[in-house]
Amino acid sequence: MNIVVCVKQTPDTAATVTVEDGKVSWGDAPLVLNPWDEFAVEEALRLKEAHGGEVTAISLGSEGATEALKQALAMGCDKAILVSDPNFSGLDSLQVSRVLAEAVKKVGEVDLLFFGRASVDSDTGITGSQVARRLGWPALTLVAAIKAIDPGAKTISVERMLEEGRQLVSGPIPAVMSVVKEINEPRYPSFMGIRKASKAEIPVWSGGDIGLTETLESAVTWPEVFAPPKIETQCEFVEGDTPVEIATKLVDRLVEEKVI
Amino acid sequence: MTQNILVYIDHFQGSPSSASWEAVGAAKTLAGELGASVTAIVVGAGVEAIAKEAITYGADSGVVADHAEFAEFRPEPYADALSKIAAEADVLLFPTSGRTRELAAMVAVDLDTGISPDVVAMEIDGGAVLSTRPIYAGKLLSKVITREKRPQILTLRSRAFPKPDPDDSRSGDVSSADIAPGEILTKVDGYSEAETGVSLSDAAVIVSGGRGVSNNPSLTPPDDITDEKEQEVWRAQAGFKLIGELAETLNAAVGASRAAVDAGYIPYVNQVGQTGKVVSPDLYIAAGISGAIQHLAGMRTAKTIVAINKDGEAPIFKLARFGIVGDLFEIVPALTQALREKLDK
Ligand SMILES: Cc1cc2nc3c(=O)[nH]c(=O)nc-3n(C[C@H](O)[C@H](O)[C@H](O)COP(=O)(O)OP(=O)(O)OC[C@H]3O[C@@H](n4cnc5c(N)ncnc54)[C@H](O)[C@@H]3O)c2cc1C
Ligand SMILES: Nc1ncnc2c1ncn2[C@@H]1O[C@H](COP(=O)(O)O)[C@@H](O)[C@H]1O
Repeated sequence: MNIVVCVKQTPDTAATVTVEDGKVSWGDAPLVLNPWDEFAVEEALRLKEAHGGEVTAISLGSEGATEALKQALAMGCDKAILVSDPNFSGLDSLQVSRVLAEAVKKVGEVDLLFFGRASVDSDTGITGSQVARRLGWPALTLVAAIKAIDPGAKTISVERMLEEGRQLVSGPIPAVMSVVKEINEPRYPSFMGIRKASKAEIPVWSGGDIGLTETLESAVTWPEVFAPPKIETQCEFVEGDTPVEIATKLVDRLVEEKVI
Repeated sequence: MTQNILVYIDHFQGSPSSASWEAVGAAKTLAGELGASVTAIVVGAGVEAIAKEAITYGADSGVVADHAEFAEFRPEPYADALSKIAAEADVLLFPTSGRTRELAAMVAVDLDTGISPDVVAMEIDGGAVLSTRPIYAGKLLSKVITREKRPQILTLRSRAFPKPDPDDSRSGDVSSADIAPGEILTKVDGYSEAETGVSLSDAAVIVSGGRGVSNNPSLTPPDDITDEKEQEVWRAQAGFKLIGELAETLNAAVGASRAAVDAGYIPYVNQVGQTGKVVSPDLYIAAGISGAIQHLAGMRTAKTIVAINKDGEAPIFKLARFGIVGDLFEIVPALTQALREKLDK
């Protein structure tokens, strides 16, 4: 099977993010493979191990933004491609999805295209569905388990995690999938994997390489980012001699403050 | 020219979500400022009543795409229908859910326009909707605007906008968009164990448990459970039983920290936080949760936070309005009892 995983480079989730001069800053926190995308990479690798084939990781980012791709290679992806062009900086998801869809087409015959559930920086979670729409492939989002896949018959059946419970859906491949953390436990890169990744030459595809040379106009703009107002809470500790006394006092306070 | 605002009403097999009515209410507010009209859109099978209900919540009119094959939600045929209906709209609002996130994303591609998901506030700026949405797991907020393209697509986070009271005396036209789905590629084969109880995203009150929920050495597991890990899960289940009873008394949903989920105490659907659900209840009770930054990311916008923790230095107390330093195995049942007496249950 020919599998592609779209991966994004994001700041570590433990980073302290602030706004400096109107721009987001994460200090010297490292840039990593978007944590949600680790599950996508892992699932792609497992399918390859079971059915044979190849896994390619694709990332759209600025020049030199190869940390996420190196991590994907270290986990075991066969190839990595950085899509990068001065014309592609600061795009919204409408245009990111366009670029990714064109890059996937250039990879050739693809059976499955994986996405993470969302980027941990922008928290949008829409790129996968948008790429699916552009490619005309079914979108199987929020997948918690692949129940069956038949590369010969080109069918797949998955379990999706919805607010209302787990939904079983089947459909044809090629298909786009976004995955949730229940699907697997991502592997740690092996020592050999890390060595291989650190030496890998990652090819860069420009707009010209994927047939997108016109200026891409984002539909949305972000006029301002700001830190949320500090929540000034003074914790009122409720004390007493027995649990019953403490509980009763708390309930009285909650009623007084009209919380309940 | 008067603008028109469309609100997509999200429903699961014919049951509309409460967040849909919040979206109708938010649309109504925008409409007041823009001098616009509000139309509720429902796609489904036998959904005319839902459009009528939307009118009681403030929509001026309704449009339904009603077809037997729309009975089970699939994003592709729903997006086909919605893109036709919304092609001329100025604003298209959705309540945020797993379904609408993908639906809105696809409609944005079809209509070549911008999308702002998970919006928590809106204002008018130069005739367009300037939205505010959390980024970096709520550590920052970003303003987002679609200046040129139409419709402007926004999905509104549940509980970020007030739910209007329905007014049964309101009336309006419900028309039918004559749209039949084309070939549908995917098939819904069924559902396994639907989640029971109050849903986290809609809950006004949430009681959550963390790793501390297994920490009761005085509980002795039955003799046949000898594995240490299994003993821990057994203890945690006893702890979550107490959490569940407190939740039931408050008609609340049960949440959990990732540590509790990872240790197998409770399913992932209950996880609150950066990699779980983001919730915004009126009251959030955290028991045996330390308050790691990734957990806070999921509940910091709760109106009132109550923390119960053995450790008075736990970071959760920094965000809490009320704190109890103590053992949750003693405090939680006492709290359930005190509430039952107060609320007469
Ligand atoms: C990428 C990433 C994403 C993450 N996403 C999430 C997320 O979405 N949600 C999330 O919650 N976490 C998330 N985490 C994990 C987070 O960092 C913490 O590890 C986790 O929240 C800790 O859970 P806890 O508070 O239950 O456990 P602990 O930190 O172990 O705290 C347990 C607390 O219970 C108290 N306690 C113990 N026994 C008792 C008792 N008998 N009575 C009262 N109190 C007691 C202790 O004093 C302690 O404060 C994420 C981490 C990473 C790296
Ligand atoms: N710049 C990018 N390059 C490659 N993949 C991306 C990029 N941005 C988003 N994705 C993918 O789309 C998913 C959802 O991202 P988002 O819609 O930005 O939340 C991520 O988990 C990635 O799999």
